[in-house]
Amino acid sequence: MQEAMISKAKQLLADGTVNRVIGWKKGEFAYDITPAIFESAEEIDADFVYDDFTAANVSKYLVKESKKEGKILAFLKPCDTYSLNQLTKEHRVNRENIYVVGIPSDGKLDIEKIKSKGVTGITGVERDGDTLKITTLYGEETMPVADAMSNKCLSCKSKKHVTYDELIGEDGDVIDSDRFDMVEKLENMTSQERYDFWRGELSKCIRCNACRNVCPACTCETCVFDNPNSGVQNKAAADSFEENMFHIIRAFHVAGRCTDCGECSRVCPQNIPLHLLNRKFIKDINSLYGEYQAGADTTSKAPLNEYTTDDCEASIVHERGVE
Amino acid sequence: MLKISLENLGKLFDAVSEKQTLYIPTDREDGASEYKKYESGMKLSKNLNTIRSAKDFFFPQTENLADFKMEGKKIEVIDIREESEDFVIFGVRACDARSFTILDKVFLSEPVDSYYKNRRDHGTVVTMACTKPAETCFCGTFGIDPTAPEGDAACWSDGENLFIQANNEKGQAFIDSVASLLEDGDTAKLDEVKAKTKEILGKLPLANLSTDAFGGDTLMEHFNSEKWAELSESCLGCGTCTFVCPTCQCYDIRDFDTGHGIKRFRCWDSCMYSEFTKMAHGNIRNSQLERFRQRFMHKLVYFPSNNNGEFGCVGCGRCLSKCPISMNIVKVMKALEVK
Amino acid sequence: MNTNDTLIPHIGVVTDIRIDTPDVKTFRVNAIQADGTVSGKVFEHMPGQCAMLSIPGVGEGMFSITSSPTNKEFMEFSIKKCGCLTSWLHAMEVGQQITIRGPYGNNFPVETELKGKDLLFIAGGIGLAPLRSVINYVRDNRANYGDVQIVYGSRSKDDLVDYKEIIDEWCNDDGITVNLTIDREQEGWDGHVGFVPNYVKELNPSLSKTVLICGPPIMIKFTLAGLKELGFTETQVYTTMELRMKCAVGKCGRCNIGDKYVCKDGPVFRFDQLDELPDEY
Repeated sequence: MQEAMISKAKQLLADGTVNRVIGWKKGEFAYDITPAIFESAEEIDADFVYDDFTAANVSKYLVKESKKEGKILAFLKPCDTYSLNQLTKEHRVNRENIYVVGIPSDGKLDIEKIKSKGVTGITGVERDGDTLKITTLYGEETMPVADAMSNKCLSCKSKKHVTYDELIGEDGDVIDSDRFDMVEKLENMTSQERYDFWRGELSKCIRCNACRNVCPACTCETCVFDNPNSGVQNKAAADSFEENMFHIIRAFHVAGRCTDCGECSRVCPQNIPLHLLNRKFIKDINSLYGEYQAGADTTSKAPLNEYTTDDCEASIVHERGVE
Repeated sequence: MLKISLENLGKLFDAVSEKQTLYIPTDREDGASEYKKYESGMKLSKNLNTIRSAKDFFFPQTENLADFKMEGKKIEVIDIREESEDFVIFGVRACDARSFTILDKVFLSEPVDSYYKNRRDHGTVVTMACTKPAETCFCGTFGIDPTAPEGDAACWSDGENLFIQANNEKGQAFIDSVASLLEDGDTAKLDEVKAKTKEILGKLPLANLSTDAFGGDTLMEHFNSEKWAELSESCLGCGTCTFVCPTCQCYDIRDFDTGHGIKRFRCWDSCMYSEFTKMAHGNIRNSQLERFRQRFMHKLVYFPSNNNGEFGCVGCGRCLSKCPISMNIVKVMKALEVK
Repeated sequence: MNTNDTLIPHIGVVTDIRIDTPDVKTFRVNAIQADGTVSGKVFEHMPGQCAMLSIPGVGEGMFSITSSPTNKEFMEFSIKKCGCLTSWLHAMEVGQQITIRGPYGNNFPVETELKGKDLLFIAGGIGLAPLRSVINYVRDNRANYGDVQIVYGSRSKDDLVDYKEIIDEWCNDDGITVNLTIDREQEGWDGHVGFVPNYVKELNPSLSKTVLICGPPIMIKFTLAGLKELGFTETQVYTTMELRMKCAVGKCGRCNIGDKYVCKDGPVFRFDQLDELPDEY
């Protein structure tokens, strides 16, 4: 796949369709991949990579990049195309300035999961069918691929590209995923259990803002939490409940717009399952207003942006909140 | 050397925690480790490092500086400082132990930061030598030997026993306080473990990373480098690197109105944040490039310029593991050292 | 704990408020003595040094001490209203307490490099505030310094800070020349009209003078260029800088530029020293 992408990128650069390419650049190790912009065939030959660790969703970079001169080639995985569509819908990107090449993804690996199994000194990671072969300074290790699979890919919702100018390989389909299982589990907890769960998770937060800054739905010019005049600007929790507010308010703000790309949880240095907050909103929106997938298209009205006579009554929401 | 069997480590922890608060790195459910207040039965983590560094103990993420009572035109300042109680941090790695001497240079230089000093005076640091360095480790670049960690007292494990040695009076007092649990032990096997670790250290992928191209006299050359644009192009501007870093020490001071008075607190801040240098009439670093550059210039050039060549990095590798886009000080150093 | 910490402030009392211009007020601050009386200064300082002033709950900010250390009765701060904290300070009434800590930073080298020199002060707008401390220090130690020339400009006559003091006192001193200018013609103004950098060039000051500049960055930039054209070297020109600060003692990292902290290594710099710093200010 990487080879096909490299030749496609070089071809589109050479024939002038685009003047830059956004993709991924290899790092020091087998896994530390950085989103990067390439401007020449030489740069691409030197550093371009597409492998098991290119999990980063590059669509948010297009907010800035698509405003620059000339077209940019973006390689987007199926889940990334939902983010781009949503950004297009919200007029945050200039879609005309982006040439999307859809690329398949058979799931990305999470190096932190490998490390959490006690594997260290990693010098190489190779996928051999369902088995992962890991070379380390301390010898060879193997583990099932599923054990190292990124959480966002474990509950993949779609292999379908919802926007593209061109595809490499066959397009896939929307998948029946188990992504709401954990949400249901949380819903079935008592309110005290649920409170304890979230307090336990959110109290790990170090307020690094990585979840917000990576989120394709968080594209405010100045976030309310960064604005000294907002009255809620915050860098650290002033009391023990404040970090919860940050995440809850953020979840509210992206409700109906979050495509469930899973980047928030992927980048969290403390492994907080932040995507569960968003999934709760998605699940609720689905049940209250009918199935809706943010980013599936660029024209439909979002349920929370539209009023219809058969909307659920406010009282239903109210009743659901009382246990 | 004095030793205790690893099986009896719990007894040592119990004995220590009876007299003072003890913190040890312990594993969480997700496999990551963090420092926690020791409670009987808690197991020492086998992980190389915690996600958050040990700097929290001396420079916590948030702390109250003073309280104010406001009444009409009157202001009353309330000094809320209290003498810290004695505590022990056990299992600190060599990199984090060095970070304390770096933080000392900032907080203990005149005028001394009494909040930091208070904790520093009352904390005993017991370090733990590394036996299984990770690929992200590069403490050797900064002259740190993970098989001979600093700290008030240092420990080594040979797989069966834990050996302990004092590096100063505070460390000796710690050892004396648990002397009844310790016995003299033969270090032959430990020496083998150390030799093996040293062999691995030489094979680490970053073993040859050098600081030769950095330091105070390279200020303008590096500041004006054209490479910052590419290095910073995908930086998200988050504070992950800053907050997991054991040596980052920038802070903000803010006031919080509790409704019953004002609490002035300080909290970690990051030069990566957009409003770090924002004033009422403007901002000197408007682009992420400038903010990104500031962080690395500070560690590699400005800090050594003011501290006899000591760099503001200990090679713990946390930013290598945790940066959401995998951009980090190693990549910056490697890019900048090429002329 | 019985140690002091510089981060824990003292209390000062605002004992006089002078309206200087539509957006600048000068606040007189006194200490509260052990017996409860309000008099004297909270601490001593040197010309050019700063203090952190705050209203708890609103914020804390670094301000230049505009009064001269030779004033033994009180300290003064000339403050322009431009943000949240300064707006609050402008709304204060006499008798209001504020918190104050300092003195911070270095000072203009009045006892060393400036001694015996002919001095040229160049200020724009609120930039007069830090220089006023030096000017009055020089006036009070007149024998230690040579000729003094003050070039001061503002947008309009109404925007000239300390106008009364300039006219009533400085202009009447022997050995002090005051050259005022405003940006645009104005009724009731028969003085010079024009921007400060151009005026300095017109005045063609003697190259023997040591120069102290403070004002908006753009004014400083063009004035320095003009001085260089006239033949001045960077080693004879001083300025004072302003950046966002929190701790004021070189620890919080905010005002770090190159290997300097403006709060601790500055705010006073000679221009040849600034040349060694990255161009970020």
